[in-house]
Amino acid sequence: MEVLLALAIVVLVAWFVTGPLRRRAEARSDDGREAELADLEARKEAKYREIRDAEADRAAGKLSEEDFRRLDRELRSEAIAILKRIDRLRESYASDPGQGGDDPIPARQRRR
Amino acid sequence: MDPSRKRKIRLVIALSAAVLLAAGLVYTSFSASTEAKEPSQLLSENATGTYELTGKVVPGSIERSGDELRFQIADRDGSHPIPVTYSGTVPDPFRDGREVILTGKLEDGTFVGERDSLITKCPSKFTSEPEEQSS
Amino acid sequence: MPVEVHVGAGGAVQLTILGKALLAAALLVALYAVGAAVYGARSGDRRWVESSRRAVYAMAALLTLAVVLVESAFLRDDFGFAVVSSHSSTTTPTFYKLTAMWSSQEGSLLLWAWALSLASSGVLYISRRKHRELVPWATAVLAGLGSFFIGLMIFKAQPFAHLDPAPSEGAGLTPLLRNPYMAVHPPMLYSGYVLWSIPFAFCVGALIARRLDASWIRTTRNFALLAWTFLGIGLLLGSRWSYEELGWGGYWGWDPVENAALMPWLVGTAFLHSVMVQEKRGMLKVWNVSLIVGTFTLCLLGTFLVRSGILQSIHAFGASTVGGPLLGLIAVVAIGSAALITKRVDELRPERRITSALSRESVFLINNLLLVGLAAVIFWGTFFPLVSEFFTGERHSLAAPWFDRYVTPLGVALVLFTGIGPLLAWGRLSSSSARTLLLWPGLAAAATAIVLLVASDAGAHPWALFLFAFAAFALVALGGEFRRAGVARRRLTGEPFPRALARAFARNRRRYGGYIVHAGIALLLIGIAASSSFQTNRDLRLAVGESAEVGDYTLTYERLTADPKNERISFAASLGVTRDGKPFATLTPARNYYPTEDPSAGPIGRYFMGESTSEVGIEPGAGGDLWTAFQPDLSVLNPDIIRGNRELAGIPPEGQGLAILALAEKYAQNPPPATFRVIVNPLVSWIWIGALIALAGAVLASWPALEARRRLEAAYRARLGRELGAPVPPN
Repeated sequence: MEVLLALAIVVLVAWFVTGPLRRRAEARSDDGREAELADLEARKEAKYREIRDAEADRAAGKLSEEDFRRLDRELRSEAIAILKRIDRLRESYASDPGQGGDDPIPARQRRR
Repeated sequence: MDPSRKRKIRLVIALSAAVLLAAGLVYTSFSASTEAKEPSQLLSENATGTYELTGKVVPGSIERSGDELRFQIADRDGSHPIPVTYSGTVPDPFRDGREVILTGKLEDGTFVGERDSLITKCPSKFTSEPEEQSS
Repeated sequence: MPVEVHVGAGGAVQLTILGKALLAAALLVALYAVGAAVYGARSGDRRWVESSRRAVYAMAALLTLAVVLVESAFLRDDFGFAVVSSHSSTTTPTFYKLTAMWSSQEGSLLLWAWALSLASSGVLYISRRKHRELVPWATAVLAGLGSFFIGLMIFKAQPFAHLDPAPSEGAGLTPLLRNPYMAVHPPMLYSGYVLWSIPFAFCVGALIARRLDASWIRTTRNFALLAWTFLGIGLLLGSRWSYEELGWGGYWGWDPVENAALMPWLVGTAFLHSVMVQEKRGMLKVWNVSLIVGTFTLCLLGTFLVRSGILQSIHAFGASTVGGPLLGLIAVVAIGSAALITKRVDELRPERRITSALSRESVFLINNLLLVGLAAVIFWGTFFPLVSEFFTGERHSLAAPWFDRYVTPLGVALVLFTGIGPLLAWGRLSSSSARTLLLWPGLAAAATAIVLLVASDAGAHPWALFLFAFAAFALVALGGEFRRAGVARRRLTGEPFPRALARAFARNRRRYGGYIVHAGIALLLIGIAASSSFQTNRDLRLAVGESAEVGDYTLTYERLTADPKNERISFAASLGVTRDGKPFATLTPARNYYPTEDPSAGPIGRYFMGESTSEVGIEPGAGGDLWTAFQPDLSVLNPDIIRGNRELAGIPPEGQGLAILALAEKYAQNPPPATFRVIVNPLVSWIWIGALIALAGAVLASWPALEARRRLEAAYRARLGRELGAPVPPN
């Protein structure tokens, strides 16, 4: 009885694990754009947090006005750079989606 | 002073501090440590001085009189028993056949343990005994 | 009442074979995962990466089934399973039957592997659409570790070994482990160790794939925090158990196995702080990869030390077959990672340099040095017996006093930094703000020091004095931070202060959760300093009716009560305690005597010659604990026991039971003087309170904040959108 069970488990596992291999071999030439996009999004959020932290530090009196302004400008320009890259990447997706069927942009974030 | 020079100086200071700390550690650890010995080594070397004695409690040798605990300690294989006197905390797992660690010195053939230095090892749960297990 | 065993010897054999098959399948799947992940990484064919991820899920499922098999065997008292018969019995309570699995070598390896597979599945699921270059390598590392532990279970310590014929009763669990703390302590520690493998695997993936920005850190941050928390819980449980259950009244002995869990926790703490610097300022990259490699290596070392028998320790359980392979794994991990870091060191260049000593970055760097230094000192002290043996041929060991001497200054410095760190900001702090921010904490420190010098004998313990002063600094600094946060927000939104503070917390859980952790640690260190430097410790020998004084307390040994039960006989002493003439408490320390199976003890002596455990009497208080343990003198029973063994050997067990009852009662009526160890432990409860606060802070810090982020993002988008028209400054 247990032998049958063991065999069934093995077959199930093998079927599950080799599932992706049985799909047609797609030449997913998305040039790693999906990954880059997700990464940029994460960096953007981290940058927002940094801007927020700097404001909190200024409000708490730790940064002088001058230091804060310098830091804030630096962070904002870094944030803008990231946003520009995101925009460019999204545009390139719109014009050339590549063979990948996966839409990496979750519905929530498509709202600008 | 330009920043890279400052950095190099900081690095040198940090490394020197680390080296000094390490040297201090090494120097004091040898003098602060107690040497570990087994009963056979203690007897054969006729050792004086404080040692950390490791061995097994000889079954049937435990006696308590008042505050004092007396027992015999031997090598893991049971050879070279040495009488021990000790007062202080006795750990819960202490009994016949258990492995113990005790710091003290040999006086007139009896090992006198320092107060509260008796450690008893938890009974082995992680030894492998492949002979007992059938596969 | 014994549970009926429904599965006969034949059934047990079948189930153990099924179990072995599950392990074999898990090993194959894990090895496949390694191969598929590596192939997928190198060829870029995502189907193989996807397949390797599914293989990790399958490994988790198979190991879960294996765990279910083993636990059900424990519950069913299936003594055909060797682990069940050697660690459980029909009389073991159900809760301890379930936890007995990890009191065995084989079961604990299964727990390790299972936890690893679950955590790996979790992180791979979360990151399934991200970091495509480094996830396959991380998968390979995690599956490789999994296959190692599964391999150990197949070849070295088999959880599914069976006994034929199956015995009818098991050996039972050591009484010392029949304790809720000890039941939960191993899974907490193992979870901590296992969870550190996640950031480690992603770090290795990042190094191999050359994605050396902060993405590997961001993805695994919560796992790292969770690992730190679990390891902390494990350490806390171990110390609390030691204090509450063992008869020595201490909570930390600098025992090698204790140290083995503390070292990764310290280096992990350094890692958690240091990665913030990389995320915010792009610095300390080499530090971070080294710290996580160090943390994980120390976790493996901890797992190894308990099983290897290479160091004398209260916990070390003698040499086992698993020690060698584990040491091999440690060597591969340490050397392999070091080689990888060295190869990539050029790409780990910092993006900025530290410009000011008075900035968070520089303080975090010092913090790294302090914590790693502390871990190094402990490492040296722990392994010194081996080093000395190597160089001099003799084994020398270092005891608690040496550790205390070197750990104390570093600990005192650290508590100061738990206050300084939060006060600073990223980048340069202006000297005027520095003066304002440091004023109140500095005054608090000075005031504490002066008050203590004048009002107590703290001057005799300079390190404790420093610690109290610095802890006051830290607590006031942290309080100031909280106040400033609430005030700033109130200025912005006009909310009442409590609400403003709560909102400020909620909007930045990471930061304020971290501050709560710092506060908890400061309290914990206060507790440690007070209870170790200002302890009063006495061993008393009291006859019934006698009194003695310990510190401010007078203790009277009122009476002894016997509580004989089937599974153990308990003798409890009643100690009346007065302070300044007024009644304070009654302590009831006890000693439990468990019967032994050893026939040489005799039918009557059986109950008095077996294992014994202490029940400690504690009267806790915010100002301190009164702690006592009790050791009755049973030698007076010996003549009766010997006579009873001889004369009552033939009578049925019920009769023998009655005789033992009578003996216990007789002893309780007229007991000889007993030994009491009494300790007055000032402020020791703050250790537990501080630790719980720190853990709560960690949980708060890791709480995901989705709702707030969405709203915030819209606001920032709008604001920055306006600036998008501005020219991008040169990068």
